[in-house]
Amino acid sequence: MKTRSILTAAASLALLALGALQAAPAHAQAMHHSTEPPFSHEILTGAVLFEKLEYGWGLDGPNVGRWDGQAWYGSDVNRVWLKTEGETARNGRVESAEIQLLYSRLLSYYWDFQAGVRYDIRPQPDRFYGVIGLQGLAPGMFEVDVQGFVSERGDLSARAEVSYDAYITQRLVLQPNVEVNFALQKVPELDIGSGINDVEAGLRLRYEVTREISPYIGVSYERKLGDTARYARNEGEDVGGWAFLTGIRLFF
Amino acid sequence: MTNSKLSRRRALGLGAAALAFPAVPGALAQPAIGRAIPREFNLTLSHVTANITGRRRPAMAINGQIPGPVLHFREGEEVVINVTNRLREHTSIHWHGLILPSGQDGVPGISDGFQGIDAGGTHQYRFPLVQAGTYWYHSHSGLQEQSGIYGSIVIDPATPEPFGYDRDYIIQLSDWTDETPSHIIANLKRDPGYYNYNKRTLASLISELRRAPDGATRSTIVSDRIMWGDMRMDPTDIEDVGGYTYLVNGHTPAQNFTSLFRPGETVRLRFINSGAMTHFDVRIPGLEMTVVQAHGNNVRPVTVDEFRIAPAETFDVLVRPRDGRQYQVLAETMGRQGFAQFSLATQEGLPALPLPPHRPRPVLTMADMGMNYGPSGLDRGTPMPEVDAPGHVAPMDMGGMDHSAMKAPAGSSQDMQHGSTGGMNHGSMAGMDHSAMAGMDHSSMAGMNHGAMGGMAGMNHGPAGGAAAGGMDHAAMGHGSMAMPDPLVNNVGAPPGARVLSYRDLRAAKPLYPVREPTRIIEIRLTGNMERYIWSINGNSFSKAQPIQLHLGERARFRFVNETMMNHPMHLHGVWMMPQVGNGAENPLLHTVNIKPGTRLDVDIEADAPGGWAFHCHMLYHMETGMMRKVEIVAPRTAAAR
Repeated sequence: MKTRSILTAAASLALLALGALQAAPAHAQAMHHSTEPPFSHEILTGAVLFEKLEYGWGLDGPNVGRWDGQAWYGSDVNRVWLKTEGETARNGRVESAEIQLLYSRLLSYYWDFQAGVRYDIRPQPDRFYGVIGLQGLAPGMFEVDVQGFVSERGDLSARAEVSYDAYITQRLVLQPNVEVNFALQKVPELDIGSGINDVEAGLRLRYEVTREISPYIGVSYERKLGDTARYARNEGEDVGGWAFLTGIRLFF
Repeated sequence: MTNSKLSRRRALGLGAAALAFPAVPGALAQPAIGRAIPREFNLTLSHVTANITGRRRPAMAINGQIPGPVLHFREGEEVVINVTNRLREHTSIHWHGLILPSGQDGVPGISDGFQGIDAGGTHQYRFPLVQAGTYWYHSHSGLQEQSGIYGSIVIDPATPEPFGYDRDYIIQLSDWTDETPSHIIANLKRDPGYYNYNKRTLASLISELRRAPDGATRSTIVSDRIMWGDMRMDPTDIEDVGGYTYLVNGHTPAQNFTSLFRPGETVRLRFINSGAMTHFDVRIPGLEMTVVQAHGNNVRPVTVDEFRIAPAETFDVLVRPRDGRQYQVLAETMGRQGFAQFSLATQEGLPALPLPPHRPRPVLTMADMGMNYGPSGLDRGTPMPEVDAPGHVAPMDMGGMDHSAMKAPAGSSQDMQHGSTGGMNHGSMAGMDHSAMAGMDHSSMAGMNHGAMGGMAGMNHGPAGGAAAGGMDHAAMGHGSMAMPDPLVNNVGAPPGARVLSYRDLRAAKPLYPVREPTRIIEIRLTGNMERYIWSINGNSFSKAQPIQLHLGERARFRFVNETMMNHPMHLHGVWMMPQVGNGAENPLLHTVNIKPGTRLDVDIEADAPGGWAFHCHMLYHMETGMMRKVEIVAPRTAAAR
């Protein structure tokens, strides 16, 4: 059972890596167009960003490993987006793992509209969702990603993520972030209550050795709320708490 | 000063320009035959390994050298140039600034009938030289120019020049990067601030606050920060790309390219900016410079202490060093990232003089944001049929803007005009409608938004306002900090009293065209998205845009409006551009006109060369990411038939 969960997690990471490989030839691609007549002059580029690749020492709970990454490839207006996030706990068992494949279109100066599918490998039972979202930069330079989901069973949920990069020096960056999950209906088999499910807040201090590689330390606070918290308690699980984080941010 | 002596010395000076790489023997065939048979030149493009910074990096060279060989032509002759492509990719060579038939201009897909040169192929260019002066040539395919496909052109005049000199040197400035150019685009696309290590930080905020003399200044500093944050823009973004080593004729500052002179001689320096992304501020401590040519055309000599040279521009200057000492010629980049430098000396091989500290880095102000370029489209007297594509035009929602904060923190302005607004044309203000100004309500400007801007239509000077309107700013009209930066004054950070070249100082020595009213005004808004690194003209990137059509024989006026925060040296192939700087018939003839951030400028074009012509920003990565158009000059009949 344990091996299988690790395998599924590995598979989801492999999928993301595949996205990374897709993005990597972007450099070659940008060059490539010069061999063609210039009227089809559209530059295709890509990027891979792992905002979180970290291990958290629970100060009042279990230790948690966490990843949160995204990759895109495409033109200025139309892009394919791949997002993944998940958590491992208790000796590497994957608690949650999801992957999203999205089409993204530039709506305005700062905002992209995104739509696609999300697949949750964990928690079991695995589940597909439809996704629509808005990703961009809000006034004040806040990175915002808001998504709405409808599951294969018709359950509606949503997620909002906001983060901010405060440059302390040219390379030392303090990044506060908040993520909130909502659900319209409860989904007992996934231990999801209705209303606000959980809130996660973090403060990460990274050092940009290069723009690509930035190790960081930080703290996070996570809290399940309402019925979601009740489900967790009933199963003898933690409802949240503080953690000390060490990790690395990758941006290629 | 006999002719033979001149040409020998010239050969010496120019030869030195080509020392960076050994020339391929015999590559440049120049049979000394009479005028009837065109002289033939051979250029071979190939991949090479260059070592500029101590690392061996892939590069591209012409005849094995970077820069490519000097093409030395004579006015009135016809030349044949065979370009052989030994690259593994498609290529092209464009003769920058030369007036020639469209089919010989060398822009794949735009020049008439020219589709570029396939890998392994050879293309023969053949054209007459109808002009004299300093020009250059470069690849017009992808980013090959950044990799090393550029060289200089000198055309000797058919009639003697109105100035004399003893020595003649080409000074070709450029920017070299160890990175692959396509990698730079990918970096800018995913993070426009990738190369900016001069961002505003908490540390810089604290030190600014500590330096501030009083509470009012401190609150200005803080609210300025908040405002830039609200606008989601970065005032420290002056140069998009970093990591450059700046070269003079392929020589790093330490390699110290040297131009020889004997005290008392007059030395001609032909400055060519072949930098892909770099504006240079040029000065020679201890020497003044007399500008005698701009963009290959003779101008009435004007003596300056410093000048800014935008990418693709050329300025020929004369200097007269009297002392037998070593003079340091400094070309500091506009964003203060580095220097190109060389020496004027009486002997070769001297070590470079130590570089001075950088001048203060410019920081953009709200004025540079061009929040006040006034009405647009029809209101500005220009039909504007184009519809902006989503994401190309910065939202001008200044709702949260605090008027008090619009004063730039002292000394930080790129375009604080330290009394240099002298160029403002008061005469033309007579035509200003003061009654309309009365309607301007200061208080309403605090919450300025699109609506309020519409109200500024009353300030429109109409098409006749021309450059004078461009040169005039709101500061002059009593709006204080609402100043629109002067489109023609370059603030290079020179000491007070220093003479800094402006387009206003340039007067064509031999005007080509009489003064006449434009038949049409075409609005050219320079637009883009810094956040996504998209660049465009009138809100449309090249890949999506339609050509701009001009009628053969017409006098078109391009009304440039720079809505972005960056400088854009706009280059139109095939015809001269005449910025309306207030010199009447003597307005200079330029092939590239630098449009400063947040400014507008009228530029007239005599559409006398039929065919397809490229029109683009000469910041290489701006062009590559969309700031480009095709201009078609067609016979009026053809145009009517369409």
